[in-house]
Formats: sequence, structure tokens, C-alpha cells
Amino acid sequence: MNTEIATYIRDNVEEILEKWKIKMEDEKDDRFFQIMSDQVIDITVHEFGELMISSLTEERETYKMKINDFSEKIVRYGWSISFVLKALSNFTEVIYERMEEVGYFKKGDKLSFAELYTNWITPLNYSIVDAYTKVWEKTVQLQKIALQELSASLIPVFEKISVMPLVGTIDTERAKLIMENLLQGVVKHRAEVVLLDITGVPVVDTMVAHHIIQAADAVRLVGAKCMLVGIRPEIAQTIVALGINLTDFTTTSTLQRGVEQALALTNRAIVEVNSK
Amino acid sequence: MNLRSSVDIITEWDIVAARQLGRNEAKEVGFGTVDQARITTAISELARNIYLYAGKGNIEIKQIAEGNLKGLLVIASDKGPGIPDVRKVMEDGYTTSGGLGAGLPGVKRLMDEFKIDTVVGEGTTISATKWLR
Ligand SMILES: Nc1ncnc2c1ncn2[C@@H]1O[C@H](COP(=O)(O)OP(=O)(O)OP(=O)(O)O)[C@@H](O)[C@H]1O
Ligand SMILES: [Mg+2]
Repeated sequence: MNTEIATYIRDNVEEILEKWKIKMEDEKDDRFFQIMSDQVIDITVHEFGELMISSLTEERETYKMKINDFSEKIVRYGWSISFVLKALSNFTEVIYERMEEVGYFKKGDKLSFAELYTNWITPLNYSIVDAYTKVWEKTVQLQKIALQELSASLIPVFEKISVMPLVGTIDTERAKLIMENLLQGVVKHRAEVVLLDITGVPVVDTMVAHHIIQAADAVRLVGAKCMLVGIRPEIAQTIVALGINLTDFTTTSTLQRGVEQALALTNRAIVEVNSK
Repeated sequence: MNLRSSVDIITEWDIVAARQLGRNEAKEVGFGTVDQARITTAISELARNIYLYAGKGNIEIKQIAEGNLKGLLVIASDKGPGIPDVRKVMEDGYTTSGGLGAGLPGVKRLMDEFKIDTVVGEGTTISATKWLR
């Protein structure tokens, strides 16, 4: 039966795809028809048809690869998984209706339809959900790595002075990373003063404060001094209200002031040179 | 006026979601940046306590009014172990988790009104209000 259906789809592909497109346009979630150009829709629709034929005729491996490619693409297009599954079931319906009309199935032969569905569509559903999830997982994983890379590196700005700008929310995982990078960086750059810049941290609660205090202690243990800079006025007030003791820290409101103090601590200063 | 919204606290990232919701609501009521920071920090403390000590729970945020006074009410509730000695946890530095022990006393100072209802073995509900002045 598979080859029969495949032949049928291939011979009538344009007509089927047209019908399917109309069905999909009726869907409430027609967001994608609005944001995608006609050309892209047309290509995607044809690819989908190809995929359906391939699932009936080609080796498991070949069509698995095609499903992966296709899933990757639709994730990138931003289609939702429910939409894709709807597309799949609509596609099946169109085929069934057409095949019934031309007499491949007897009218109302639900059994054949059920058979068609279990043998063909259900495995296809699984594969698509599976591939789709994998692509998503990969995307999330990559973003996580990207976030980690972009956060918390220790930058040497002068001899003996390094800055770590902290940007964004600090969760347990990131706090660990900050600590690691801080200690490694201090040793690597032979820093004597480290400035932790919290300008970009939206909320400083007790957990963040605790991590900062622990980081400063650790920095002290490897022989350097930690300064806390970029404390916005509203953050200063909440830190005080929380009753957090930062007396062990040199703190400044801006990075610039912090750098000046760090230079002073290492017996240096920035002076203006008279150009005359 | 009684607008409410809530966030379930299940993972660590839900704490961020609760905070974000709190900040938006605070802005809507008309709080300035300092009070916004106070409210978000308080929510962060309460949400993290739920995550750490109760496992899961809920943060509800309500815009409230009393006469001409507008405010924001934060309700943190869980069905966790409850708090055996409320007076002790309100002491600065008291912690059972190796934290700073600054969370609950801090929330009390960050907000205008503060109340703990807790039953050991049944759970904890903490309500805190900030009034707009
Ligand atoms: N929702 C809760 N359910 C059960 N116990 C709680 C709850 N919230 C707080 N506690 C208890 O109260 C103690 C004090 O809480 P508090 O938030 O003040 O400090 P902490 O969480 O230990 O440290 P910090 O908040 O400074 O990081 C906790 O250590 C915990 O034992
Ligand atoms: Mg706490």
C-alpha cells in the first residue's frame, strides 16, 4: 500500500499541496503565513511534501536525515511543534480525502485510514517531535554556552589591576563560574587589585551578596584585594536594608573611581600631561 | 482596584520571573527606582526561600489601595516544612543553610508591612506590603 500512496502523492503533488495549504490557512495559528514570504512558504510546503513521499519510499536512514534537516529548518523559522503536527495531520486528511474521492479507499473505510495512520503518520510524528526536541535542546545548550562565554571574564586593564564586569542575573551556576574565572584570572594576570563591577547586575539580594563576599575572601587568599564597584544608588540602599556588611570591601559607585583607587593602592596615579 | 498576578516557584529561574513580574507591577503602580529595587529584592528573597526550604510554592503580587494610598502586596506561600521558631528567623544572621541569614529581616526592613503565618508541617505564608508615598 505504501508504494501506492507514494505514487499517488507524487502524481498529484501540486493539487495535494494546494489543498493542504488552504487547510492550513484556515488554522487559527496562521502567524507563519503572515511572516513568511510566499516563496519561502512555497519551498517549505514542497519540502514537506517531499518528506512525506520520502517517508514512504526511502530507506529509514535517508528519510531520518531529511526529517532532521527539515526540523532544523522549521525550528529556525519559529514554527511551533503543535503547528507542525497539525500540518502533518492535515496533510494526511487531504490525502485520505483525495484518495477516497478517486476510489483508492471505499467510502467511509475508516479501518484503512486507521491503518494508514498507525503505519505511516504515527512514526513520522515521533520522528518529527524527536528531531524537533533535539534541535531545540541543541539551541538552548548553545545559548547557555554563549551566555557563559559572554559573562564573567577577568580583564587586565593595567599592570596589577584587573576588572570583572558582571552583567545580568547571577544564579548558582554562574556564581560558580564567576568564582573560577576570578581566581584563575588573578593568578594568570598577576593581579594585585581586582574590581568587581556590578553595574549590570539588576538585583543584588542576599545570595548575590553572599557570593560576592565569598569571591572576595577567595581573592584575598590568593594574595590580591577585591573592590566592589558600580554600586548604583538604589542598590546601595537595598544592600543597607538587607543589613549586609561590606566593611571589608572598598566600594565605589563608578568603575572610574574604582580604577583611580586601585592605582593609588598600587602606588600609581593618572596625571595629565602638559602638552606645551 | 484589585489587580493580581502570580508566579509558581519551581526552578531557580522562576525566581527571576517573579522578580520581573514584581518590577513591572511596581512600575505600573508608580514606584520610583529605589522602591522598585526594594520590592524586587524582597520578592527575590521570599522566592529563593521557597525554592530552598519548601521546594515549591507561589508568589502572588497584588496592586492594592486604601483610601488614597496605593501599594503593592506580595504574598509568598508554600506547603513546605513551616518555620518552628519565627522569632529566631527574624534575627539577623540566623540561617539553617549556611547563607547570610539576612533574607527575612531584610525583607521586613525593605517593605512597610510584614507578616509571617506558618504552621510546622503545613507550610508558610509571608505577606509584605509597600505603600506608595
Ligand atoms: N518558606 C520557608 N519555609 C521554611 N523555612 C524557611 C522559609 N523561609 C525561611 N525559612 C527558614 O528561615 C531561615 C532564615 O531565612 P532567611 O531568608 O532570613 O536567611 P537564609 O535564607 O538562611 O539566608 P539568606 O536569605 O541571607 O541567603 C532559613 O535559614 C530557613 O531555615
Ligand atoms: Mg533567604
